Formats: sequence, C-alpha cells, structure tokens
Amino acid sequence: MTLGLSLGIVVGYLVVALALGLVAYRVSETTAEDYYLASRSIGTLVLLFTTFATLLSAFTFFGGPNLAYAAGPEWLVVMGTLDGVLFAVLWYVIGYKQWLIGARNGYVTLGEMLGDRFGSTGLRALVAGVSLLWLFPYVMLQQMGAGEALVGLTGGAVPYWGGAALITGFMILYVTVAGLRGVAWTDTLQGLFMLSVVWIAAAWVVSSLGGVGAATEGMLAARPEFGSFGGGTYTPGFIVSTAITIAFGVTMFPQINQRFFVAKSAETLKRSFALWPVLVLLLFLPAFMLGAWAAGTPIEVPDGANVLPVVLSEYAPAWLAAVVIAGAMAAMMSSSDSMLLSGSSYFTRDLYRPLIDATASERREAWIARIGVATFATLAFVASLFRPGTLIEVGGTAFSGFALLALPVICALYWPRTTRTGMIAGVAVPQATYLFVVLSSVLPLVPTLPRTVFGGWDVALGLMVLSGALTVGVSLLTAPTEESDASRFAVTGD
Amino acid sequence: MKRLRSDLLWVPTFAILVAFAVPWPLWGVDRVVAGLPVWIWWHVAWLGLCTALFALFVRSGAWERGMGQRPDGDASTGRDPSGSVGGDRR
Repeated sequence: MTLGLSLGIVVGYLVVALALGLVAYRVSETTAEDYYLASRSIGTLVLLFTTFATLLSAFTFFGGPNLAYAAGPEWLVVMGTLDGVLFAVLWYVIGYKQWLIGARNGYVTLGEMLGDRFGSTGLRALVAGVSLLWLFPYVMLQQMGAGEALVGLTGGAVPYWGGAALITGFMILYVTVAGLRGVAWTDTLQGLFMLSVVWIAAAWVVSSLGGVGAATEGMLAARPEFGSFGGGTYTPGFIVSTAITIAFGVTMFPQINQRFFVAKSAETLKRSFALWPVLVLLLFLPAFMLGAWAAGTPIEVPDGANVLPVVLSEYAPAWLAAVVIAGAMAAMMSSSDSMLLSGSSYFTRDLYRPLIDATASERREAWIARIGVATFATLAFVASLFRPGTLIEVGGTAFSGFALLALPVICALYWPRTTRTGMIAGVAVPQATYLFVVLSSVLPLVPTLPRTVFGGWDVALGLMVLSGALTVGVSLLTAPTEESDASRFAVTGD
Repeated sequence: MKRLRSDLLWVPTFAILVAFAVPWPLWGVDRVVAGLPVWIWWHVAWLGLCTALFALFVRSGAWERGMGQRPDGDASTGRDPSGSVGGDRR
C-alpha cells in the first residue's frame, strides 16, 4: 500500500511539472534568447524562487541535515552566512553589474560577456570549458541523490540505477521541450512546495518529540557538545573557508550566473536581494535543525543513508515522508534541469558556434543545445553509477572549482585596466592547480595532495587568492590587446 | 547619478553584516534560550537585520548610485529618488 502511495506521490509531482513545462512552451517563442532567458522577462517571485530552487539541491537537502546530525547544528550558521548574507552581497556586486552590462549588450552567458570585452574567443571558450568541467560532478551529484532517494522511498523496490535513470530521462525530456521559461515556472512551484513541506515535516517531528525544548534537551543529552558554538568539525578555518568558497562558487555556477541576465527590471533584482536572507533562513532552519535534533533520538541511520528520510519514517506518517522525498527530488531535478540548460547554452554559444560552426542557424543551434543536454546528462548518469564520493565531497569540489573563477570575473567587471592575458592567467593557473589536487587522489604515481591545511582551511581559498593576484599582477605587466574594449563594461554614461 | 559620500558607509556595513552573521562573540557559549542554543537565535536575528538593512539599501537609492546609475532610472521604483533616506540614515 505505502509503496504504491509513495510512488504515486512522486510520479504525480513529475506529471504536474511536465504539464507546467508544456504550458510554458506554448507561450514561448523559439529564439535562443527566449529558450535560455525567457526573453529577460522573469518577475520577482519567479526570479526569487528560480534562484532559490536551483541553489538548493541534494547538497542542501540531504547533505546539510546529514552534517548537522553528525557534527552539530553549526552548519545552519555556515550555510546561512554564506548563502543568506555573503551571496546576497555578491548578488549585488556581481549580479546587478552583470545585469546592467547584459541588458546593454545582449549577453546570454558569462563566457560571451568576457570574450566580447577582451576580444578573445580563447578566453570565452576557456571560461565555458571550465564551467562545464565543474558542472559535470554537480549534475552527477543530483542523479546520485535522486537514485538514493528512490531506493530509500521504495525500500529498494526501485534500484539505484533505475531511480537515477528515470530522473535523467525526465530531465532531458523536460529541458529539451520547455527551455528556461518552463524551468522557471516549475522552480517557483518547487520552491514553494519545499518551503511548506519542510515546515510541516519539522512541526510533525518536533511535536512527536514533545516540542522544541524537549527536542533540544534530547539532542544535548546525547551530544552535549552540540549546544556550544564551534568545536569539532567547525573550526574557524572550516567556517570561513567553507562560507567563502561556496558563496563565491555559487555566483559562478552557470545556472545561477545566467539568472543575473534574466530579470525583467532592476526592481526584480532589488526585491529578490532584500528578501533573500529571510527566505534562505526559512528553509535552512527547519531542515538542518531536524538533522541536529535527530541526534537525540534513538534512530539508527545506516551507513551511506540520509538522516532526513530515516527520521521522517520514524516520526511522521508514510505519506508525509513520501511528500518530503518528492520535495527533495523536486529540488534535485530543478537544480539539474537548470544546470543542463545553462550548460547547453555555454556549449552552443561559447564552444560550438565560435569554434566549430559560426554560421549555424538559430534552429540548428537550438537542436545542438538539445542534443548537448541529452549527451551531457547521459554521461553524468553513467558516471553517477560509479558513486565516486559522498554528496558533500562531490558537491564541495564543484563549488570550489567554480569559486576560482569569481575573483578574475570581479576584476574584469570593475577594473578597466584588466587585460586578456591577466584574465587567462588568473583563470587557467588556479584551475589547473586545483584540478591536479582533486585528481591526485586517483592519479597513479602522484601522492594524494591534502584538500585542507592548518585545521580546516580549504586549499581552494588559497587558490582563490592566487587567482586574484595573478589577474591583477599579470594585467599590470601586460598591455591591453587591440581587440579588447573596456567600454563594453561601462554602465554609467547615459 | 552622483554618488553620495554617505553611501560609502554601506561598505563597512555590509562587511559587518557578513562577518557577524557567524556569532563569533558566542564562541563556546552553550546557553539554551527558548528551546534553542542562544547562538542560533543570534543568527536568526542577524539574518532578519540583514533583510531590513538590505531593504533600506535598496530604498535609499544607494543600490543604483553604487553602480553609477540614476535611482529613478528604473521607472518602476517610484521611491524617493533623491537618496535623502540614505543620507539621513547614517
């Protein structure tokens, strides 16, 4: 009975999402600008939730409660700080500036914007290539999470590969049919859905435990160290470097960065900016506290399982557990389809068109984009079957990889003296170094290099500093090329 | 269009908002208040403060002036374009 009910809830959700996508498709135009950016016509509520939902993924929904369960509720502070405050500031510093520039010059991707400013197809392709490189593990992470979620929900009746394959197929179908307008609409649905569902779940579990005070007392009885701020995993180095690398990394994620071009008016960006800290808190507080409170309950979380489904199946009815899993899968799908869509635009506009076929028609470009999505998602699916690490490990690597792009981009946005050579050095050297560090654990003949040093400081933070220093230093030593045009980024004189 | 000198105060304001979203002064404190560790309340209140100040930043027109834009350039705002709110504030 419960198996049928659970699957019914999940499948029902997928059908609703597909229906929304088809409606969006009916009202959309077929130009590339509409396909990727919904003709820059996204309003406040939709922009807010589309960014919100794509930011949230298996990393937040399963990884976050798992970490709070294992190491304490400080994860709420780390994520709240980086996402609610630091990301909001970057939303203005990077996002609004990109919106102004993009609205003037019609850019659709980060690589296109930088390539045009510096008159360099190479830089454009480099930025797109680097982005696709780190996008791959993050798409894979969603497929891993979705596969695990369906296994947990159906008690193994749907195998891991089956769940991951189902999600992959649905994502490809959805993205290729609907484009960004469809994705944005379902993101809004999913964002609202997740917010409501996670509060209902938290209220249910807390009342079963006898209230907030009793839940916290139970947690402190089992893990007294959870009550005091800091300690254990949460060293100052861990808190600072995690917050900085993830917040900067998030701004360079293709699906987030492309959101900076889609707002209908600056008013939309402004409202979203001011609401952001509270919105983020509304989701993180119940989700992560559920993980932390679970530490005080007698539940057993099996190895490799996620704490959230386990605590729900113990303290909430089966239908509610299914609804929460559907919400989590919604977040993962939303992340994945936005990523695939943005990734495909990076591929067609920044790699295929400039390097392979500059004269491709819009129609052809749209088809190449769809084929690109299908190929990328399929490859990520195959890779996800090998399950190379935990959700947090795979996700953290991707965030740090993207974070290394942020300082060169900020330099380019604000410092007219930045040169093409400076940009290429600032992007390529730290990326190559970080890739080497990441791959050192699997490369033969190379000792595995540490990812953190001196008590939790992430090496990616050091490489971020290097990326900024290289961009500035090399720019000072080189002259701007003739093709570059700093006035492309000027937004004042009107 | 002109950047106001008072707008520069937003730079340290944002820096403080980011830095103390982590309750550093409560490092190691383990008091429980109203059912939750007190440092969680700090964080919750701080994010509320962030939203309030971010809204003020937007409404004062500093949002546009910071990028060299005219606050009334976006016709849909309809809010005080002179920036006097930001000027009064700090």
